[in-house]
Amino acid sequence: MKSTRVTNAIRSLRFAHGEMTQAELADRIGVTRQTIIAIEQGRYSPSLEMAFQIARVFKVPLDKVFQYPDGEGEKR
Amino acid sequence: MVLVAVGGYAAYLIVILGRAGSTPLPEVSYVPPLLWTIGGGIVAAIVLNIAVAIFSPDGVGKTDQRDREIGRFGEYAGNSLVVIGGLAALVMAMAELDHFWIANAIYLAFVLSAILGSVAKIFAYHCGFQSS
Repeated sequence: MKSTRVTNAIRSLRFAHGEMTQAELADRIGVTRQTIIAIEQGRYSPSLEMAFQIARVFKVPLDKVFQYPDGEGEKR
Repeated sequence: MVLVAVGGYAAYLIVILGRAGSTPLPEVSYVPPLLWTIGGGIVAAIVLNIAVAIFSPDGVGKTDQRDREIGRFGEYAGNSLVVIGGLAALVMAMAELDHFWIANAIYLAFVLSAILGSVAKIFAYHCGFQSS
């Protein structure tokens, strides 16, 4: 299974937002807690829509939640 | 689902091999046990799904986008064996083998497809799944 290069700051954002639990975040965006765990651990890349929903919960831009390393995977 | 498929197939094999005794396998009456195990498997899968939905605690049976994507991935992986089973049956029919072997090749492909699909889903849940 190809692993993703996308990293995320969901764990730190949860703690910065009143130590929000994975279950709370899951409820807010309508997914299971297992999905939040998989996203945090980089075992699942969410859809763009789900990514925006997560960013909206934390009231931050998308690139504060998900990051992609510079210069990798780019075609010139 | 995989337990139902494997359990049904095991029951089918026990019945067929029990009936065989000293008679050659292609002469064994295989159609009723085959239909009963396939039909029973479909009914058992539906009943089990309903039972899990009714008796599981709140939220346990809940599915989301990731579950659906992994479900589709498992189906896709499993379908490859259905195609292989179909091709094998085609070749066996052209070679004019007994109906027994053709029917059993297709049934075995169904069972292996269910097993591969389930293994693929378990692998995706444990090792990670990236939507393409």
